[in-house]
Amino acid sequence: MKDASPAGPPAAETTSGTAPARGRVSRVLPTLNKRRLPLASATAQRGILSRVPLPTSFEDALEQAGLYPLRATGIEVLQINVGKKCNQTCRHCHVDAGPDRTEMMSDAVLDRCLEIVENSSIPTVDVTGGAPELHKRWREIVQRGRAAGKHVMDRCNLTILLLPNYRYLPGFLAEHRVEVVASLPHYRPALTNAQRGDGVFEESIEAIQMLNAVGYGMEGSGLVLNLVTNPVGTFLPGSQSALERDWKQQLRRRYGVEFNHLYTITNLPISRYLEFLEAEGRTHEYLERLANAFNPTAAAGVMCRTTLSVGWDGTLYDCDFNQMLELPLSPGVPRTIFDFDPAALEGREIVLGPHCFGCTAGSGSSCGGATVAS
Amino acid sequence: MLDSADHRDPGSTTMDQTYYRPDDLPRFEEIGREASDLAAKFFDWYGAVFAEGALTAREKALIALAVSHAVQCPYCIDAYTSESLRNGADAEQMTEAVHVAAAIRGGASLVHGVQMRNHLHRLGM
Repeated sequence: MKDASPAGPPAAETTSGTAPARGRVSRVLPTLNKRRLPLASATAQRGILSRVPLPTSFEDALEQAGLYPLRATGIEVLQINVGKKCNQTCRHCHVDAGPDRTEMMSDAVLDRCLEIVENSSIPTVDVTGGAPELHKRWREIVQRGRAAGKHVMDRCNLTILLLPNYRYLPGFLAEHRVEVVASLPHYRPALTNAQRGDGVFEESIEAIQMLNAVGYGMEGSGLVLNLVTNPVGTFLPGSQSALERDWKQQLRRRYGVEFNHLYTITNLPISRYLEFLEAEGRTHEYLERLANAFNPTAAAGVMCRTTLSVGWDGTLYDCDFNQMLELPLSPGVPRTIFDFDPAALEGREIVLGPHCFGCTAGSGSSCGGATVAS
Repeated sequence: MLDSADHRDPGSTTMDQTYYRPDDLPRFEEIGREASDLAAKFFDWYGAVFAEGALTAREKALIALAVSHAVQCPYCIDAYTSESLRNGADAEQMTEAVHVAAAIRGGASLVHGVQMRNHLHRLGM
């Protein structure tokens, strides 16, 4: 509410919000895909989103902010989604990732991605998934990316560090000075486990301790561990800087663990989070909340303007969210990694939908957290 | 004979039969229509009170949540449940905050028992 009206009286936002965690949350559940649910289909998801009545379309909101058509301004981040396999099945996952997913990036696509990493001037390589470390060539991406002088980021679910075959990860990440971006929705167990499954919190703390032990998050090491919090429910995240202070103090006091920055990321109504909204009958309420909190400053700073997202099959997207909704780049520009052409991609028109309100609400949201200081 | 509608579960009461309506919360600022100078002063001050200061945004939201229960304001309870969540509080912290409000309310009644005892001594033998 403070985002919507700075002099805010008791919130205009009457979220029915988040009930306390309801009972046990299984650690691993079948994905929507496995259960053959209608919302496993991106077409079905886009259909639901397009039918939600909103006071204004995203395109109109941008128009009023003087930002339509929205164009990319360059490519600063190549975000490679290596596949949908994951050892967790978080309830808010926009990828519908899980152990039963088999989509993984092929050698041909990965070879081409690495060629681009090595021969283009894109400074940052952001590796995501699923759990990206499960890809058999994940180490090679890190090694070749770093050898090419790139900043390499690993979007890590933390619990992967505790699997028997992945105990090498902290040492390997530190050796290659990879930035670790790890999810931890809350500094206490209940909310974290409600979103990510029972026992995930405890293992996540253990994983952070392992990362701290090799220097991650420790002052002067230069090894960066950033944490991500997605709201566990249908509310918008609060002030990122205030939450970061709180998270640091609480994690240090309770568990003696350290990290660098906290990123707040708004939940986007896609895949399993959309299924949750639908099951609760809260899709309209949530999208309206996002749309009502539209912030033109956040809109100007959306990550799609500087990101190029590659899907496991080599298709190019403006962001990982468009990837999951199967909304490829606008027609007329190179649409697969095999046709990669920076000159043709840099000023491309971004493909939009109602879900985009998620990145422009309040203080904004991106893979690097809030886009507006608060 | 009572009409069968009178036997409904109170939870099924329609909104227009209650004094408190959730839809009224976002209309709070309408209070400024008749006395805009006063409302502007209030809302400015209100915003300043909740700005991050010596207390964190989470601490202020939890205090507000507790006070909301003490003053029994349903609008405020909705608003500061949302604000507590947004500012990183969890259900356990929020429940403890409500207990703080309840303890002060209960204690406030009970401590007046001393007043009763004083008067009792004045009247008794």
